[in-house]
Amino acid sequence: MKNHRRLESGGRVDRSKRLNFSFNGRQYYGFEGDTLASALIANGVKVIARSFKYHRPRGIIGSGIEDPASLVELLDENASGNNLATTVILKDGLKAKSINCWPSVNFDFGSIIQYFPKLVPAGFYYKTFMWPNWHLFEPSIRKAAGLANAPQVPPKKGHFESRNAHTDVLVIGSGPAGLAASLTVAKTGVKVFLVDQNSEPGGNLLSSKLFINKQPAIAWVDDMVSELAKMDNVTHMQNSTAWAYREHNLIIVNEREVDNSSIIERSWRVRAKKVVIATGAIERALVFANNDRPGVMLASAVQTFVNRYAVKVGDNLVFFTNNDSVYSYIDDLENAGINILAIIDSRKKIPDQCLSRAKKIKVMANSILKNVNGYKQVRSINVQSLDTGKFETISCDLVAHSGGWNPAVHLHSQSRGSLKFNEKIAAFVPNKSIQNSINIGACNGTFALAEIFKETNQLMSKLSGEVKSESREDNFEVDEQHYSIEPLWSTDLSDEKEKAFFDIQNDVTYDDIQLALLEGYSNVEHVKRYTTGGMGFDQGKTGNINIIGAIAEQQGVGLDSVGTTTFRSPFTPVSFGSINGVRQGSVVLPFRHTPVTKWNLEKGAFMYEAGARWRRPGYFPKKEEGFQEAVNRECETVRYGVGVYDGSPLGKFELKGKDVGVFLDLIYTNIMSSLKPGAGRYGLMLSDDGLIFDDGVAFRIDENRWFISTSSGHSDAINQHMKKVLTFDRPDWDVKITNTTNQWNNATICGPLARQLLEKLSTNIDIDNEAFPFMTFREGMVAEIPARVIRVSFTGELSFEINVAPRNMLKLWEKIIEVGNEFKILPVGSEASHVLRVEKGFLSLGHEVDGTVDAYDLGMGWLMSKKKIDYIGKRSVNLRRGEKSKGRRELVGLLPHNPNEAIPEGAPITPKGKKVGTEGFTTACVWSVVNKRWVGLGLIEDGHSRHGEEACIRMKDRIIRAEITKPIFHDPDGKLLRS
Amino acid sequence: MLLINCPFCKERNETEFVYGGPVGVDRPDPNAVADQEWVDFLTLVPNPTGPVFEKWWHARGCGEWFVICRDTVTHEILESPDEKS
Repeated sequence: MKNHRRLESGGRVDRSKRLNFSFNGRQYYGFEGDTLASALIANGVKVIARSFKYHRPRGIIGSGIEDPASLVELLDENASGNNLATTVILKDGLKAKSINCWPSVNFDFGSIIQYFPKLVPAGFYYKTFMWPNWHLFEPSIRKAAGLANAPQVPPKKGHFESRNAHTDVLVIGSGPAGLAASLTVAKTGVKVFLVDQNSEPGGNLLSSKLFINKQPAIAWVDDMVSELAKMDNVTHMQNSTAWAYREHNLIIVNEREVDNSSIIERSWRVRAKKVVIATGAIERALVFANNDRPGVMLASAVQTFVNRYAVKVGDNLVFFTNNDSVYSYIDDLENAGINILAIIDSRKKIPDQCLSRAKKIKVMANSILKNVNGYKQVRSINVQSLDTGKFETISCDLVAHSGGWNPAVHLHSQSRGSLKFNEKIAAFVPNKSIQNSINIGACNGTFALAEIFKETNQLMSKLSGEVKSESREDNFEVDEQHYSIEPLWSTDLSDEKEKAFFDIQNDVTYDDIQLALLEGYSNVEHVKRYTTGGMGFDQGKTGNINIIGAIAEQQGVGLDSVGTTTFRSPFTPVSFGSINGVRQGSVVLPFRHTPVTKWNLEKGAFMYEAGARWRRPGYFPKKEEGFQEAVNRECETVRYGVGVYDGSPLGKFELKGKDVGVFLDLIYTNIMSSLKPGAGRYGLMLSDDGLIFDDGVAFRIDENRWFISTSSGHSDAINQHMKKVLTFDRPDWDVKITNTTNQWNNATICGPLARQLLEKLSTNIDIDNEAFPFMTFREGMVAEIPARVIRVSFTGELSFEINVAPRNMLKLWEKIIEVGNEFKILPVGSEASHVLRVEKGFLSLGHEVDGTVDAYDLGMGWLMSKKKIDYIGKRSVNLRRGEKSKGRRELVGLLPHNPNEAIPEGAPITPKGKKVGTEGFTTACVWSVVNKRWVGLGLIEDGHSRHGEEACIRMKDRIIRAEITKPIFHDPDGKLLRS
Repeated sequence: MLLINCPFCKERNETEFVYGGPVGVDRPDPNAVADQEWVDFLTLVPNPTGPVFEKWWHARGCGEWFVICRDTVTHEILESPDEKS
C-alpha cells in the first residue's frame, strides 16, 4: 500500500532510486527527486504538523518555500530544527518528526486551546502587560513558545563554511528569466554568478508543461544549463538561496547540498557590480472558513506535486479562485486521474479563454467557498452563489485555491528599492531600484513566458554598453493567455463561527485582524505586531497581502496607501550555523598571548581572558590547592618577598614630535609637559563628556619623545581616541603615534626584595633609590638583555618593570625565576594583582570606574589640574560638579564587622539595609593578606564624609554590616613603593 | 555591508572600519561658551535622513581617520576622501 498515491509515469522523480525514510517513527519510501512533502503525499500522509497557537492539524499547503504549515524537525545525522517538509530534499535514511504536538500529531493535547479562542485574543501577550499581570502568564507562554527542538551543538557530522565572492553580474533565480539573462550576459565575457534556491534549475517550468521551440520547456532548460556549464566565466549553483540583500550590492547566499560531504552548508558573501533579480512569483491564499484543513492547498502546489513529483494529491478536487491561473492546470490534473468537480470563481465575468478550457467542468461564477468540512481531512465544502445567495455542498477531498500571484519583491525591497501597487495584477511590483539592480520576469510583475523573454532580452541588452545580446531565435509555443484577476482579500465572514486564517503559520484569523482594526491599530506595521500576522518563518509569503487588502477595504483606501510591512532578511529561514560559518570562539576574535603563555601552561597556571582577548594566568595553584590558598600564597610573596608579574599586555605607545607635551596636557587631566626627561607621572584620561576613560602613566624620554602606558583592555580605544583628536581637532600639531604594545614586553618584579633580585640579575643601571627614584625610568642592560626599566607600582610594593623586546622576554622571565629562586620568587597571576591593588585602594576600570564617577568621587581631585585652562573633559566635570556635588557616590573602604565574612562584588548598599533604593554598591572585596581579614571597596553616597559610619550591604537573605573607612588598607603613606 | 573608500587602501569592507560618529560642529573653546552651548556640542549630533558627513577609522587597516559623506537612506557614499599615498 506504500507509495499508493504515486502516478505510474511522469514527473522528475527517478523511480529506480528508492529512498527509505521515517516520519514520526513509521517507515516509508520515496524516490530520488522527491521532497519530504511529495514523498509523504505519495504515502498518503495527510497531517504533518500542529499549528502554533491552536494546535490544529495541518497538512501540506504549498510546494516550496511559500508553505506556511508543514514544519518538521529532522533528527540524527541531519538534525535541524524547523524545516519545511516542502523544501527538505528526500534522502535515504532521513528521519523526521512533527513539531508542536504532544503526545502525537494525530492526538495533540494542546488542540483543546482552539475551543477557547476568546481566552487568547489578538494582542493577548501585550494585553497581559497591562492587566492583570504579565508574570502570571509568562511561564505558560514561554512553554508554548518555540517550535522544534534546537539541534545539538556542534553538529554530529561536518561543519559550516563561509566564502567570499566577487562578480560582475549576480543573477538570482534560474527560472526562464534568470537562465535567459545569465546566458545573454555571460556571452559578453563578464563574470556571472547564478544562484537558485531550488534543487533543480527551471523555476516554474519544472511544474508546468509548456513548450519552447516546439520542445518541452524542460529541454530548453537543459540546453541553457549545459551551455552555461561550458563557460568559464559562469558559476552556477542550485540549492543556494540569496537570503539577504545588503548595502553596496552585497548579497548573502546560503548554499546547501555542498559538493563536499564534510560541509553542512556554505555561506557566500557575494559582492556584485550588478544584481539581476529573477526570483519569480509566489501564489497567495484565499481567506475562507477552515482554509487550513489538511487537503486545502494552493492550486499551484497541486499542479507542482502532480507534474514535478508525480503524486496524485487527491481524488476529487474543487478549485476556488479569483484569477485565471487555475484554468491552465485542468488538463494536467485530469490526465493524472484527478476528478475536478467544480471551479468556484469569485468573479462575475470569467474570461472566455478560461471557460473554453473548462468546458466539461462545472464553473460557478460569482460564487464563494464558504466553509470546509472535515477535521484532519477535507470531507466536503459549502459554496454560496452570490447571485442567488443559495448554498450548495460538494463532497471532495481536495480544495485547490488561488488568490493570485505576488511578485517575489523581497530582495528588491531589502535593497531599499520602492514598490508600487499594480492594479492589473493586484499585486505590489518593484518601482525604483536604489542599488545597482534590476528585476526581470515574474518578480517584476511579468507573468507570461513570451513577455518574460521579451523583457529579459530588452533589459539585458540595456544592462551595459558592452553587452551585445546575440538574440536567440526562440519560438515560444505557449498558450498565450492574458492573465487577469479580481482581487478578493477576504470573503464575508462576519457571521461565520469557524476560523478563517489570514496567516496560517501564526494562526492569525479573520477575527484577530478585525479586532486589531477595531482596537485602533490601523497602520500595517502595527497590525502585524499586534496580531503577529506576517511574522514567523514564512513572513506571510502567502497571506500578508490579504491582511493589507483587509486594512485597505476597512479604511476605504487603495493598497498603495496602506503599503507593505518591511521586507527583512532572511528571505527564507537560514540556520545559525550557516550564518556563523567557522567563526566560533577564538576564530572570531583570536586570543592574544605573551611569550610566557607556554611557560605559564607548563607551570599549571589557571588561564583566562583578561581584557582585549589577552590570555593571562589567573593564579598558579599547587597540587590539591584551592583558589584562595594559591592567591594568598602569591600575595604574601609580593608583600614579604618578591614576585614576578607578566605585564606585557599593558597598552604602550610612543609619541614623537614637538607638540607631544601640549597634546598630553590636552588628553590627560594633569600636567605632563613639565616632566623632565627620564621622569613620568600617573594620569587620568577623560572623554569630553567628563567620564573617566583610562588611567595610566606617561614618561618623557627626551625633549620630543615620550611613551605612555594604558590599561590592557583599553589600549585600542585609546589609540583610536588619540588619533581622532589629532586628525580632527588638532591637525596642525606635530605628534606621531606608534603603537608599541607588541614591541615591548615586560616582567615586573615586585616586593621588598625586588632591588636585591635586580642586583643579582646583574644590571649596569644604578638602581639605588636616590639614583633611580620612583616614577622614573632608566635604559641599560638587565641580565645581559637590553632593557628599559620603569619604576612604577601597581601593587604598592617596590617594583621594577623590566621592559624588553618580545624575542628576549622568555629568556628574561626564565632568568628571573632562576635567579629569584634564592628569594623564593613566585610568578603572580592576575587574581593576586587584584588583591594587591584593592589593599592599596588602586583603581580598576570597570570596578570602581563605571561611567558615573569622576576623579573627585574617587578622591583623586588632585589629578584635575586647576592651572590648565583646558583639557578634554574639564568643562563637563566642572559643569556636573556645579550642579550637584552632594549625594554623589564616593569611593570608600569597607571593613565587614565580621572579618571572616566576604561581601560579594557588586552587592548593593541601602540606607540602614532597608528595602529601599540603593545608596551605593560594593566594587571589590578580597581577603587581605596583610590585615588577615576581608576588605572591600565601595561607592557610596557622600562616602568621604562618612568614614567610621556603618554601611549595610543588603543581600537576599541577610544584611552584611561593614565599617566605612578610607579606601586604603596597606601602607597609607606610600613609603614602600618609594623605598 | 558598506564598501568604504579609505584614502590609502581604497575600497575596503566595512568590517575593517570603526565608525566615529557624524561630523558635528567644531569643539568650541570650553572657556568661552555658555553651559547650554557646551551641552549642545556634546549631545546634539547630526542625524539626518539623507546625506551626512561622518568619521571612520580604518582600524584593521592603515589606521587613518577620515570623513565620508553617506546617504543614510540609500547608503550611497556621495563623497570620499582624496587618495593619499
